[in-house]
Amino acid sequence: MKIARVLVAALAFVLAAGCAKEKQEAGSAGPVGSDAPAHGDAIVEGSIGDVSGFLTAVTSDSASHTAAGYVFSGLVRYDKNLKLEGELAESWEVSPDGKRITFRLRKGVTWHDGKPFTSEDVLFTYRRMIDPNTPTAYAEDFKQVKRAETPDPRTFVVEYGKPFAPALASWGMHVLPKHLLAEYPDISRSPLNKKPVGTGPFRFVEWKTGEKTVFEANPDYFEGRPYLSRVITRVIPDPATMFLELKSGGIDMMGVTPLQYTRQTETEEFRKLFHKYRYLSFGYTYLGFRLSHPLFSDQRVRQAIAHAIHKKEIIDGVLFGLGQEATGPYKPGTWVHNPDVKRYPYDPQRAKALLGEAGWKDADGDGVLEKEGRKFSFTVLTNAGNESRAKTAAIIQQNLDGVGVKMEIRTLEWAAFINEFVDKRKFDAVILGWSIPQDPDQYDIWSSKKTGPKELNFVGFQNAEVDRLLEEGRRTFDLEKRKKAYSRIQEILAEEQPYVFLYYPDALPVVHKRIHGIEPAPAGISYNFIKWYVPKDQQRYTTFQQ
Amino acid sequence: MLRYIARRLVLTVPLLIGISLISFLVIHAAPGGPVEMATDLNPKVTAEARERLRAYYGLDQPIHVQYVRWLGRMATLDFGQSFSRDGKQVSEKIGERIPVTLAINVLSMLLIFLVAIPIGVYSAVRKDSWFDRISTVVVFTGFAVPTFWLALLLMILFGVKLRWLPISGLVSLEYDSLGLAGKIWDRTSHLLLPVFVSAFGGLAGFSRYMRSNMLEVIRQDYIATARAKGLPERKVVFRHAMRNALLPFITILGLSVPGLLGGSVIFESIFAIPGLGQLFYQSVMSRDYPLIMGALVIGAFLTLIGNLLADVGYALADPRIRTE
Repeated sequence: MKIARVLVAALAFVLAAGCAKEKQEAGSAGPVGSDAPAHGDAIVEGSIGDVSGFLTAVTSDSASHTAAGYVFSGLVRYDKNLKLEGELAESWEVSPDGKRITFRLRKGVTWHDGKPFTSEDVLFTYRRMIDPNTPTAYAEDFKQVKRAETPDPRTFVVEYGKPFAPALASWGMHVLPKHLLAEYPDISRSPLNKKPVGTGPFRFVEWKTGEKTVFEANPDYFEGRPYLSRVITRVIPDPATMFLELKSGGIDMMGVTPLQYTRQTETEEFRKLFHKYRYLSFGYTYLGFRLSHPLFSDQRVRQAIAHAIHKKEIIDGVLFGLGQEATGPYKPGTWVHNPDVKRYPYDPQRAKALLGEAGWKDADGDGVLEKEGRKFSFTVLTNAGNESRAKTAAIIQQNLDGVGVKMEIRTLEWAAFINEFVDKRKFDAVILGWSIPQDPDQYDIWSSKKTGPKELNFVGFQNAEVDRLLEEGRRTFDLEKRKKAYSRIQEILAEEQPYVFLYYPDALPVVHKRIHGIEPAPAGISYNFIKWYVPKDQQRYTTFQQ
Repeated sequence: MLRYIARRLVLTVPLLIGISLISFLVIHAAPGGPVEMATDLNPKVTAEARERLRAYYGLDQPIHVQYVRWLGRMATLDFGQSFSRDGKQVSEKIGERIPVTLAINVLSMLLIFLVAIPIGVYSAVRKDSWFDRISTVVVFTGFAVPTFWLALLLMILFGVKLRWLPISGLVSLEYDSLGLAGKIWDRTSHLLLPVFVSAFGGLAGFSRYMRSNMLEVIRQDYIATARAKGLPERKVVFRHAMRNALLPFITILGLSVPGLLGGSVIFESIFAIPGLGQLFYQSVMSRDYPLIMGALVIGAFLTLIGNLLADVGYALADPRIRTE
């Protein structure tokens, strides 16, 4: 759950969400006609950042993770409905005590260099993840493993000290080829980090630093050869340039801004060439309070602020209506989301009443509330360069002014903001965003044990019941039990309002019309990427035919 | 002369060390380090993992130890390994970006000279004429217009509306399948807008400089003498006046040497050109200390060398200046 610094990064995350399993054989005759699926052509994507390496164990940027997703596969992945399914694992079994997971691996999978994939590769990947020579930031999930073994080439068994539900998803980690990496003690310095060899749907062709990455269809992919012959990702750091490239045919796909979506793509010409998609992204923006601050320690005050903020106005003004009011830290439409929590409709009168109950009155008539000689005024911090957060802050400022609360806005450079203010707890309130991970475990954000330096419960939320439920949720694999625990957590968070959950922005990808087979689902659009195709007579990049 | 050059070269060493020390302290003083920039607010990263990464980069050492280590490597001309995850050497990362930045800067400098010198000369000779006034307005417009705005307007006109030129990048995706003529046109067409935009902003400085030098020279007695001898005006202007007015350009050329390898991040980002400007900007944003130091040292070195070249060139060209 990395912070979503820009909408584009969040989108890239969604786009990275793997490809789904479908039974249809690649190359089998589809419906006859000009729109019949056909092999060939290329899709050109725009990315604001360049790849920094292809081994996701050692990279942390979304461009690298997206690119690596074409080449590598994990044991498991999320399907189009965000349920875990097997990828390199055909099936898995969790022992009754929840401590042991046995993965049965797919038969006949080969690496892009033709060598067979076996359970030895999985064991090797696990060992490298916990190896101190590997400069990875993601060792934690794997350190929980007590024992890992390979009874035979198609079976991989891991044992944990105690049941740990997020562990299952952690095996979505890209499996690395042992035969190519064994001789490199530090995998980040191996040639594979620059020229990857994986088991995924596309094979690596080239990486031109700062310019582009190119992949070609893997004819031996275990779910069938992808229709598109090539995937080309062009690095275009400036979003305005990227949009012009899209309009001039230089790229086929990008995530657009709400402004572009509503105002700059409504022309006849644009509609003739592109399909626009719109679905909730995996993220939300919030106003977080430092709960030990004297102004915000009273729950009624936080609820009053929630009532005073006009979320719809924010969504209309900042996102041009392309988003949804947030009620909690999970995405609507996913299995864990609880829609029946306390809501805070825009109601300034109710807000004033709540503030009055908490002892805040405007005694001197200057329009600002006070209590015991102290005025209700505070400063909200957010990061510079994020326009939607700055606009959100301005609207909230005006909303709060209406109920007698004075809010100053201060924008700060990212590193200074996090390291000097958030980490050191030197803030009254912040406007930030979280991306929403597929596994619902949010221990790090809400547990009272995670309030230490650099830990992520920086608002200082403490609730014994939530602590217990968080623990319960991560110690069982039973989805029903997990759902119950997280539902209750959402109720408590909605009641206590440690954050005012503001909005879930929409992801707004635009794709060229010649590309067919896109079916939006809760997971976004890229889950069935290998089934995207261009009908024969509409193919554009014919020089890449294989 | 040789002794002078040698002395100046020796003097650059302590200067470089001083520059590097200040740079080193300043970049380490900026909030957040390479580990923090990559892992901040990521719940999957534990404090222990962070510490391990800091140790991996050698950031767990006191800052003076880090500096001495870096200086030791520099003494053998080893810029070290970049902190970025491709595991490349700093010299490799800078090296792969030099050709494109150098090419664009050299081309745009040539264009500036080709246009600015005639404008400057003509404006001086016909001072206060219509040409002088209009060219003044045009070159200062170029100076004042924000690069990114002009670039976007030209992209919309030539790339989206007219479809004559590509919008960004260095070559087309089909480059490899083109014939030789096609390849040459492909590269040229990608360079037209960037070179024009970067040259347009530089016209003002050079043409004004040329103009004032010319005005200075034209007032000199030997120009009057040349005219009195009955030389044609063309000869007076180009042979006698312009050659002398060009002398100070040696200084400008020397000062431009570091600029040849310096890219503008705004300009490169907007045209999606993988040049040094973007590389340097990204290295600062990710706190890639070895790469930042490498770029700064190269910049400082080129500046010092450029100054030296200018002084030497000037001494050679102008007999009035003596280095002894």
